[in-house]
Amino acid sequence: MSLLDRLATRRNEAGTEATSPSTPEDPVFATKALRKFLASLLSHEAPSLLDLGPVVGANVTFFGEQLGCKIFVEDFFAALDRHVQGGKLEELPEFLTKRLSQPDGTFDGILCWDLFDYLDRASAQALATELMRLLAPDGALLGFFGNTQSHEVRYTKYIIVDEVNLRYRRYPAARGRQVTLLNRDIIRLFPSLRVSDSFLLQNNTREILFRKLA
Amino acid sequence: MWKRDEAVRPASGPPQAPAPTPAGPSPVRQEATHGMEREIVNIGKSIVIKGELNGSEDLTIEGQVEGTIQLRDHVLTIGPNGRIKAQVFAKSVVVLGEVTGNVTATDKVDIRDNGSVDGDLVSPRVAIAEGAHFRGSVDMQRKGAAQPAAKPVAAQTNPPQPPVPQVAQRA
Repeated sequence: MSLLDRLATRRNEAGTEATSPSTPEDPVFATKALRKFLASLLSHEAPSLLDLGPVVGANVTFFGEQLGCKIFVEDFFAALDRHVQGGKLEELPEFLTKRLSQPDGTFDGILCWDLFDYLDRASAQALATELMRLLAPDGALLGFFGNTQSHEVRYTKYIIVDEVNLRYRRYPAARGRQVTLLNRDIIRLFPSLRVSDSFLLQNNTREILFRKLA
Repeated sequence: MWKRDEAVRPASGPPQAPAPTPAGPSPVRQEATHGMEREIVNIGKSIVIKGELNGSEDLTIEGQVEGTIQLRDHVLTIGPNGRIKAQVFAKSVVVLGEVTGNVTATDKVDIRDNGSVDGDLVSPRVAIAEGAHFRGSVDMQRKGAAQPAAKPVAAQTNPPQPPVPQVAQRA
């Protein structure tokens, strides 16, 4: 049974659609890596998922009702804003290291979205190290990385329309993207993971799917 | 000539999104409904309760509660002024205020706009509005739901490969 079929089956079981409160100004972009990430999640029984972005009701419905995931939401974008506004950015690496107290290998999947684009190098490395610890063997980590420098001071909520489309909803941020990471820099952030898939989308977003060897 | 008592309101269904209500003179106010048996109990915003709160009717909390709340077969509404630090068990939970603690609902958890939950949710249905705050886990496993078979789609994914820097597919 294909992934699409399995999702449709679960949708019917749930009796709901993973709809999001759409607004016409929110653009929808194709995603290539999400489908592979979902396939990886569904290869686990009762998968557990860590979402590092702001809570999105439609995504919770999608992962919880349709995929049967246990979801843990930890909005590190909001935490970053608090540190910027409080003038405590030097404390961010330690915060990112200590915030998630779950045991090693807790999560079968981790959604980073584009968080790493907004972090300084020390914070990015601290978070990456922690995520490697939390990812279960054979788990997958999905990150988005900008391919061009942007001066927009906004974050993006990624709302799952379906397994091949994401709605991008921008919202105000305390600071903009810090750096455009090179592929090799991204890979070096996660030395214990392997790149499973990498896509450069037409909107200049790189989607990189990491896997942790079993 | 007749002045309607503010406590008396028209009969209605379960409280979905009650407007903020002023604290009544008593900690727990019952809203009589002209012979209707359904009662909506409201804990006013000046009330602070510490301990175990059990009930068998729908409840709206505008005040502060610390401890445990159990409304196994009823709807619990945390109003916009409600501040809860408690383990919550109910049939349905509607959050417009702040909850710190785990929430278990046999039917649905509904976190409305500006509602805030810091804790773990266990419920077959969860709705989180845009503008709501949530930190914690969501477990929507339905009892008896079909579990995914082990590794049914693993073959569709590419096996982990050594890092290949600077190589990307253009989609």
